Amino acid sequence: MTFPVLSLMIWLPLAGAGLMFIPQGRHGGSDAAAAHNARWIALWTSLIVLVLAAIMLFDFNPATHGFQFSETATWIPQFHIAYRLGIDGVSLFFIALSALLTPIVILASWREGRRVRDYMAAFMLLETMTIGMFSSLDFLMFYIFFEGVLIPMYLIIGVWGGERRIYAAVKFFVFTLAGSLPMLLALVWMWHHAGTTNMIALMHTPIAPHIQDWLFLAFLASFGVKAAVWPFHTWLPDAYGEAPLPGTIMLAAVLSKMGAYGFLRFSLPMLPQASAYFAPLMFALGIMGVIYISFAALAQIDLKRMIAYSSVAHMGLIVVGIFTFTVIGIEGALFQMVSHGLVIAALFLCVGILVARGHSLRLDQLGGLATRMPVYATFLMLFVMANVGLPGTSGFVGEILVMIGAIQVNFWVALLTGTGMILSVMYMLVMIRRVLFDQARSIAHAVISDISGKEWLMLAPLAILVIGLGFIPSGLTYAFQSAVQDLVHAHAAAMLPATHLAMAKAGALQ
Amino acid sequence: MTMFYTMLPILCLAVSGMAMLLYGVFTTRDHTFAITGTAIVVLAITGRLIFAAPDGRMFHGLFLTSDFTRFADMLVLLGAAGALSLSVAFNQRVGITRFEYPVLIMFAVTGMIVLVSAANLLTLYIGFEIQSLALYILAAFARSDLRSSEAGLKYFILGALSSGILLYGISLVYGFSGTTGFVGIAHAFGGNATASIGSTVGIVFVLVGLAFKISAAPFHMWTPDVYEGAPSPVTAFFATAPKVAVFALLLRLMLGPFAPMLTQWQDLVQILAAASMIIGAIGAIGQTNIKRLMGYSSIGHMGYALMGLAAGTLAGVRATMIYLAIYVVMSLGTFGCIIAMSRKGRPVERIADLAGMASEDGRYALAMAILMWSMAGIPPLSGFFGKFYVFAAAIDAHLDVLAVIGVATSVVAAFYYLRVIKVMYFDSGTPGFDKRTVGINLVIAVSAIATALFVFYPSPLSTISSLAAHAVFPSQGF
Repeated sequence: MTFPVLSLMIWLPLAGAGLMFIPQGRHGGSDAAAAHNARWIALWTSLIVLVLAAIMLFDFNPATHGFQFSETATWIPQFHIAYRLGIDGVSLFFIALSALLTPIVILASWREGRRVRDYMAAFMLLETMTIGMFSSLDFLMFYIFFEGVLIPMYLIIGVWGGERRIYAAVKFFVFTLAGSLPMLLALVWMWHHAGTTNMIALMHTPIAPHIQDWLFLAFLASFGVKAAVWPFHTWLPDAYGEAPLPGTIMLAAVLSKMGAYGFLRFSLPMLPQASAYFAPLMFALGIMGVIYISFAALAQIDLKRMIAYSSVAHMGLIVVGIFTFTVIGIEGALFQMVSHGLVIAALFLCVGILVARGHSLRLDQLGGLATRMPVYATFLMLFVMANVGLPGTSGFVGEILVMIGAIQVNFWVALLTGTGMILSVMYMLVMIRRVLFDQARSIAHAVISDISGKEWLMLAPLAILVIGLGFIPSGLTYAFQSAVQDLVHAHAAAMLPATHLAMAKAGALQ
Repeated sequence: MTMFYTMLPILCLAVSGMAMLLYGVFTTRDHTFAITGTAIVVLAITGRLIFAAPDGRMFHGLFLTSDFTRFADMLVLLGAAGALSLSVAFNQRVGITRFEYPVLIMFAVTGMIVLVSAANLLTLYIGFEIQSLALYILAAFARSDLRSSEAGLKYFILGALSSGILLYGISLVYGFSGTTGFVGIAHAFGGNATASIGSTVGIVFVLVGLAFKISAAPFHMWTPDVYEGAPSPVTAFFATAPKVAVFALLLRLMLGPFAPMLTQWQDLVQILAAASMIIGAIGAIGQTNIKRLMGYSSIGHMGYALMGLAAGTLAGVRATMIYLAIYVVMSLGTFGCIIAMSRKGRPVERIADLAGMASEDGRYALAMAILMWSMAGIPPLSGFFGKFYVFAAAIDAHLDVLAVIGVATSVVAAFYYLRVIKVMYFDSGTPGFDKRTVGINLVIAVSAIATALFVFYPSPLSTISSLAAHAVFPSQGF
């Protein structure tokens, strides 16, 4: 029995959330005391999880093939459904990302004054769900965590969100649920077909190609909505725009990765023929996302919404990378996912810093911050550059790897994806000009002070990671190299004619 | 002697019910509270006696005990006990504190246990009528309230109609098979290579008569009105115990004696299931009264449970029983929450009355939110598992279209369950509800906690339902 690091990471936040609701003090505790305790419990729990994540990163052996830190326990033995956990190079960094961003997000919402206990509990629940989802090796467990995210997120958007929060929360919930339920049917079908929900077993269960197509579409509905792939993204601007900033950070940095992770974990290895068959469609969707959404971003007048659109555009790039089926393309997509998680979180944190100082987020009312808040401006500049993929930042590595992967498959795909990078420079530079350099317009009712110590604490680690990964990308790639190679080899093997025949036979036998 | 043990649960219920009735009539003081408490104890004793009853058929095949009937009986008793615990405070508040309430519930439960265990069409009909008569009175229990009287009358007239249809179907089945015993019918229908039209019509009529009681669409018309009009604890009872009892019988009947004609009735059950899910989802959208909402919600839930019957397989029966067990627990908690909605002693029923509940009473709002999410089938709550098993059974039996309809209606249904949560959490207001009694708090808490924590320990329920489901099939002597 090894140290159950994954289980601890999953269930600690939930226990923390439970702890917040135990009445404290002799008189059951006042509201202020409860809020104070909730904040500290949330911070400490998430920091412990972060330490556990660091231990996990340290102990992870990149040379090992297959899954590590595996845990199994009986759960519903009658149906061959079990509690199975384990991670490989693909899931490793998403767990680390969730563990890193949760304490940052809690720090960022330290001043939140309304129903603090519920707020912190919702974020703890969210951490349980996200880490659980990335480390599940059982399809039903995966689904439960994947869907369970809806509950805390619905409350976060709806209770602490902006003006149109109710509309955004309901839209988010119904969209995501409508996307996920087809996956539930696909799950049930695969369970019925393979007799187990063990994901490792499912990866080695051949499925007849004509059924794969249906399953792929079901997965696309679910992961596409979650990852906000064009045209499933319409919930996103509302949800991102209306959610409180910490919620937006979790949505953009972690939850959107759930969809992309799903493509890598389910669509590619379990449905190889269908993935290959639908790859052109996925390229088209990805490119449409990159180009169309970039133009949409250019037209935004709200800073938060502009960054939200920029996030969707980058998801298009990730989808293109995944469906190249090349080692380099998928590595690029993974790299871009991690980098995007860090950068987009940092950008939204920067937005939050403006909000905390009472600035309007309308681009035509901002301006001149470069001289008034020089440190802030430097940070913002850095993250914007990382977002547009400037060499020396993590954003560059991911984008260039995806480009190389894409050009191996199709020149036009690479070219069109490349235009997205140019467009992203366009809207991001426009944003920088309006926020940092234009004439100051809203000085009267905004506090002008550069970033505080706490804000340093939130931004500095992200900045170090963004630059560090830009210069030493192998720090990331070495960990998922073997996992990606296995993935691509398995896919290539499945596409061989001999295997194809075996699949057809399997289909005929059904 | 075994015969005695088989009958003991029913005797216990009927005799103590009558004793309570006599006591209530002859005593001069109001003993409703004591009688309600006694009734709950009697239900618990009955539960113990049901476990002691031996397996097998009694009275020349009129009556049957098996793991399946035990499981269904337990759910019926649970629903009844929940409805009783919820009734005390409510009845006092509304001024309908009468000792007849627990007595009638006892009689209804007696009928349900007979119904669940029926192994002959005549036993079936007797059980059906014993429970129905008590239910008609219960619906009109708040007799000075116009809506309650209306509910009782509506339920009675439509119920009588459905009884007639059922009886007509029974007569046809008897005419074409020559017997009313389940074993004999199975034998008669199993022997024929081609089913005669007469027996098919008979089965359809029986199915329609029973579908009325579980409020499966298109025989659901009475449900929203009766749910709204009847006093809330009675509605809680209607939503749980009778549904389980009739559903259990339906499973035993369709997959026992009528199993040889599976191909004849399977499409029909599929239509019932699809129609119920659709009407349950669409009908609830426009509702502003939470009891009507729950009425439509229960129609939808019956649709999902019918999916398991439509599958016609062991997995289907198991899924349906799991679904019903989860549904009973969720419903009791939800009705607990609904009964807790009262201002200055008067019950309020609009969804909008819940506005601002989360800031005023966080625990109530959390419990209600958990139950609503669970009803919508959002994981990790127990309602999700019910849907999961039912979908699995449907896909297993190649009922793909039905499963897709189920998925689509789930999304629509999620929308109106979410609205309740939205009102509680996002809207502002001051509900100012009265203090809740211990009984109601207990029902809400147990139900919400069971719903939320089910995910950590789901296997016992599937073990029990597997055991129960095996007992339905002919190889086990249904």
